[in-house]
Amino acid sequence: MEQEKTNSLLTSYVAGFLLSIILTFAAYILVANHILSGVLLVAVIIGLAIIQLFVQLFFFLHLGKESKPRWNLLMLSFALGVVIIIVFGSLWIMNNLNYNMMQDMHDNSKDIRDQGGF
Amino acid sequence: MTTNDVVLERMHESQNSKTMLGFWIYLMTDCVLFASLFATYAVLHGNTFGGPTSKDIFDLPFVLIETLILLTSSFTAGLAILSLRAGKRTQMMSWFAVTFVLGLTFLIMELTEFSQLAAEGNSWSHSAFLSAFFTLVGTHGLHIATGLFWMIVLLVQAMKKGLTESVSRRLTMLSMFWHFLDIIWIFIFTIVYLMGVL
Repeated sequence: MEQEKTNSLLTSYVAGFLLSIILTFAAYILVANHILSGVLLVAVIIGLAIIQLFVQLFFFLHLGKESKPRWNLLMLSFALGVVIIIVFGSLWIMNNLNYNMMQDMHDNSKDIRDQGGF
Repeated sequence: MTTNDVVLERMHESQNSKTMLGFWIYLMTDCVLFASLFATYAVLHGNTFGGPTSKDIFDLPFVLIETLILLTSSFTAGLAILSLRAGKRTQMMSWFAVTFVLGLTFLIMELTEFSQLAAEGNSWSHSAFLSAFFTLVGTHGLHIATGLFWMIVLLVQAMKKGLTESVSRRLTMLSMFWHFLDIIWIFIFTIVYLMGVL
């Protein structure tokens, strides 16, 4: 019984390790050899990183194997929610701010030009 | 086994799982800390103040080797936990020793990269981009250094006290911490380095 459990854990570590290596190399080769381009490439390598996140969560940290109630999973979902809000919220706000600032600068310089300089 | 023993054992188990949950919650808050550093980096990535951009300073093959070393150390930490469960102390300690050497190699490589950048005049004070880069990657490095120190402390404990319940619990938490740091590194590798050279 205990031996069986140890064997299945060993399989899970080896599987996680091999999958992570494959995913890391896949992302590296895509970038180093310029196989895709632009937004598609960015989307694919971020996708590969997220797959690797779940591979390591399941195979290394054994998430989903805990007994109910699944507090670990709940805490993880909450943290992921906060992470997404922080990262995408910051990017959204700051990009908008940059855009608005540039608008202003553009408008100001146009006003100045219209008035024939300072 | 008397009823009393059974009750005591259950109490220990629930204490253990509470400690594990508490540590897991700590890891999740650490996740939020890294998220804010990632967000800062993403926002400031283009603000190079006339200095080098991420394309100029990153050496991908070097970072790939760093990544593989850290990944392998995460794997060997897992193997150490397997030996711990089997009650094989010497085997557990050798796997953690391998993990330690790999982690130390990773840290030295990272510090080499940092000192090269600083020597070329591209230190954290040069631009907003470099400040964000050093803060994000440096915080990860600091976590790795803490993990290595913790590993030494626990290995000394394991040597002196043997595999007692509390030592085993701490070793399990250390391995969780180590796996967590590897997961953070995946995102540093992807977002900072791979996307940095595009």
